[in-house]
Amino acid sequence: MTVDTTLTTTPAVVVPARAGRGTRLLFLRNAKALTGIGILVFFAILAVVGPWIAPMDPDALSSAILAPPSGAHWLGTDHLGKDILSQIIVGTRGVMIVGFVAGILATAVGVVVGVTAGFIGGAGDEVLSAASNIFLVIPQLPLIIIIAGQLPSAGGLTVAAVIAFTGWAWGARVLRAQTLSLRKRDFVEAARANGESTRRIVLAEILPNLTAIIAAGFVGTVTFAVLSQITLAFIGVTSVSDWNWGTILFWAQQNQALARGAWWWFAPAGLCIAFLGMGLTLINFGIDEFVNPRLRSTGLNARALRRRGIRPRIGFTPVVHEAEEDRA
Amino acid sequence: MRFFVRRAIFYLVTAWAAVTINFVIPRLMPGDPVAALLARSQGRIDSSAEDAIRVLFGLDKDVSIWQQYVDYWGLLLHGNLGISFMNFPTPVIQVIQQSLPWTVGLVGIATVISFIIGTLIGTGIGWRRGTWADSLLPISTFFSAVPYFWLGLIAIALFSVTLGWFPTNGSYDRSMLPVFTPEFIGSVIRYGTLPAFTVVISSIAGWILGMRNMMVTVSSEDYVTVAQAKGLSERRVVFGYAARNAILPQVSSFALSLGFIVGGTLIMEMVFSYQGIGFLLYQAVSNHDYPLMQGCFLVITFAVLLANIAADFVYAALDPRTRQEG
Repeated sequence: MTVDTTLTTTPAVVVPARAGRGTRLLFLRNAKALTGIGILVFFAILAVVGPWIAPMDPDALSSAILAPPSGAHWLGTDHLGKDILSQIIVGTRGVMIVGFVAGILATAVGVVVGVTAGFIGGAGDEVLSAASNIFLVIPQLPLIIIIAGQLPSAGGLTVAAVIAFTGWAWGARVLRAQTLSLRKRDFVEAARANGESTRRIVLAEILPNLTAIIAAGFVGTVTFAVLSQITLAFIGVTSVSDWNWGTILFWAQQNQALARGAWWWFAPAGLCIAFLGMGLTLINFGIDEFVNPRLRSTGLNARALRRRGIRPRIGFTPVVHEAEEDRA
Repeated sequence: MRFFVRRAIFYLVTAWAAVTINFVIPRLMPGDPVAALLARSQGRIDSSAEDAIRVLFGLDKDVSIWQQYVDYWGLLLHGNLGISFMNFPTPVIQVIQQSLPWTVGLVGIATVISFIIGTLIGTGIGWRRGTWADSLLPISTFFSAVPYFWLGLIAIALFSVTLGWFPTNGSYDRSMLPVFTPEFIGSVIRYGTLPAFTVVISSIAGWILGMRNMMVTVSSEDYVTVAQAKGLSERRVVFGYAARNAILPQVSSFALSLGFIVGGTLIMEMVFSYQGIGFLLYQAVSNHDYPLMQGCFLVITFAVLLANIAADFVYAALDPRTRQEG
């Protein structure tokens, strides 16, 4: 998976600070964003109610050893007869908590560093952006692995903190660039001329315009945190007794689930990760298209033209009367 | 020149930061895992090696932290990363030397393939937007959301266990001697295909997406319209005008996402037991071999820095603006 660079290449777009009802709904009318939010809500509910709705205790042994999916065990059992569906349901909470805690921490650091750097400029900016560039270049996963590997006990929140420590730089970089361009805008100059305090300019004039970018950065960091945490659990760096999707894969790998053909052991956990990751990515696409109208309109326009039998090509502007409506 | 001087300074600072992080981490850890280990392996580690480990991990508490830092640099500059606990008494640097070429080969080839194919597909999708090609996007999103290692597991289950096309793990046939014979190279390729293929599949989405979005942005630029109006062939317009400009951010994001790709590949090596540096790191973590862990991190970071420098040169070659004086 590669870092999505769309935001940095996006020309600065100022979203009105108090978006009207129409603009807000625009985001929700985006099919990609809606699908993503749906997936996210599903897993969030699972994280909350998981332990109550799990069909059995994920640690309970049974006589059905390495059994394929059946009526009693919907997703089969592992080498000790533990129910895999229950492990996945119970493990959702760990995944979501670490993902969101790491996302919140990293975004907070990113906002503070990025906005400060962009707003103060000069030497302070040089130092802060050098720091975030350094953290961008140093490979994150090995860093997380060596930190977590040396901790005497790496529980969920510790892991979240470690991930946040290594993952804040991307958001800081994007926010700095955007703050730099906002700082020179007329409305900020006007606020300054009005004698507003720096605090107020940052909180009331600049931050509202960064909302979309902060949100995108947050969602991206959560994706990264979920993947990192599961990877750590899979290679056995973190505690293998707390259930999360990575732990399931760890035990599957340790017990040669692959060679024994026990696909039900490792496939469902991976699919859950993929769906959660896809949901988050879709939300980010939605935010991207919301911020950068070019990305939004091209697909729709092209499709609308095709329906009329016009082949959309670069370099000519078709005059189609109804095309305006499709833009939505 | 200013561009290069700035970049050179940045890389020096980053290298310094990586070394410093490596110095600080074991000293911030609660408890003292290394001291416990030293106590456990009484007598197995000879006194000079023990001294080096003490310096590397800050166990020489009677010395000031600044003196520790100076000593640490002294050891590093002599290429001394300590002694591996796991492969006692082989120095860490030797252990790493043996596995580094495997990783560089695998990551290098897979990343270049993924970058080229991804950028080409992205060019196509961005140019022909609104066609069936757009439906490739959600598919590639799905693959990019899947963790690398899980895709590796599935690939092993499918191609190695079920179909038996490729070996399940390792990097060459163990019955062969690692010498440069056609059979040995063939074996390396046979063992490397599946890991490389998995790396390509899971990293390609980012390139496709980045290129597609840039193509969409660039293709409404005036110079593309002009090129089209001049009656140039579609091919010329796509590759000579649109893609040529759209690729610049791809190169700069290449540098930035490299750390990400390397992280993923390390995990891939762990899944395939491919004898590269990722597998080494995995073994080091599971055996609590702290000097080896630290050494792996440093070497990986320096490798990524070198790759970044290379990407900078490519960028400078592609974008004349960076070569401007002043």
